[in-house]
Amino acid sequence: MAKERVIYKKPESLTDVPFTYCWGCGHSMAHKLIAEIIDELDMREKVIAVAPVGCAVFAYDFWDFDVTEAAHGRAPVVATAIKRVHPDKFVFCYQGDGDLASIGMAETIHTANRGENISVIFINNTNYGMTGGQMAPTSLISQVTTTSPYGRDVKNAGYPIKMLELLSPLQGVKYLERVKLTDVPSIVKAKKAIKKAFVNQLTNVGFSMVEVLSACPANWKKDPVKANKWIDEEVSEYFPVGKIKDIT
Amino acid sequence: MRKGRIKIDRNRCKGCMLCIDACPKGEIKQGTAINKAGYNVVEFRNNGECNACMLCAISCPDAAIEVIEIIEDVKK
Ligand SMILES: Cc1ncc(C[n+]2csc(CCOP(=O)(O)OP(=O)(O)O)c2C)c(N)n1
Ligand code: SF4
Ligand code: SF4
Repeated sequence: MAKERVIYKKPESLTDVPFTYCWGCGHSMAHKLIAEIIDELDMREKVIAVAPVGCAVFAYDFWDFDVTEAAHGRAPVVATAIKRVHPDKFVFCYQGDGDLASIGMAETIHTANRGENISVIFINNTNYGMTGGQMAPTSLISQVTTTSPYGRDVKNAGYPIKMLELLSPLQGVKYLERVKLTDVPSIVKAKKAIKKAFVNQLTNVGFSMVEVLSACPANWKKDPVKANKWIDEEVSEYFPVGKIKDIT
Repeated sequence: MRKGRIKIDRNRCKGCMLCIDACPKGEIKQGTAINKAGYNVVEFRNNGECNACMLCAISCPDAAIEVIEIIEDVKK
């Protein structure tokens, strides 16, 4: 009789609650990769995640480890407090681009500048997903959103902010990498980058951030395959993937 | 050739079709079943072509695919 062996399955760090994100949403893939890494590092009992306001506000339903919630944009300061009080815990922030680059810009910059020993996973889907696809600081030039119906005009909205390039000169910042999730090789690279950011914290290296170019098929009004194509052709043109800084 | 099969969790699948795009063997198709959340889930064709490469499962954002390797008995 033939023997069977399971070689890939849902990670232990995910609950049995199906993700409520839209089909093909980058949040789902990012959640899955984080759960796989926490399994691989065998540290589920040690993790405290800080979830954002935005679509990922429900992250605690899906991750089978401790997750707390922060007010909009305040995840890095909540994480700072938790990590300082519990330096033996593994603390990471999970934030959207509206959360991290708009309302939470001050917290992001000062936390990075202080070189807090935390890891930040930054989900850049070029809009405010949860509230209906409004323009974010990261929306592309000419991108049509519900608050830029004629496309983002740099004359009145400025240029899309490249967060990693902005944080890069700060001395407290040790590791910055931008990744995408559009095909298997990119997913494998993204997982490697997130794992490195996590290991940096475990080895007391200091502040690390991984920016994930992430699909929002619902607000982009594209199916998941076309949404990934748009990331490959347009989003990653403006936000190039790769290491921005690594002094680990 | 390595042999395999996949199991699709109908409660998690959203029919996004990223796995159909990823499978080099064309072993996955859009199905007819609708799950509790209203999604039209995908189906494993089971044409004997699956080689347990895991590309579908890695591509699945919803962790809905389990990959099983089938190890044939070597006859003495
Ligand atoms: C203080 C405050 N201001 C505004 C809001 C409304 N609000 C909820 S989610 C959101 C934007 C979320 O966008 P993003 O961070 O990009 O996350 P996504 O939903 O795209 O993952 C806003 C403005 C709020 N909840 N709290
Ligand atoms: S609105 Fe966008 S970011 Fe939010 S769950 Fe849907 S696809 Fe994901
Ligand atoms: S494991 Fe590989 S060959 Fe088998 S269904 Fe998935 S993608 Fe296709």
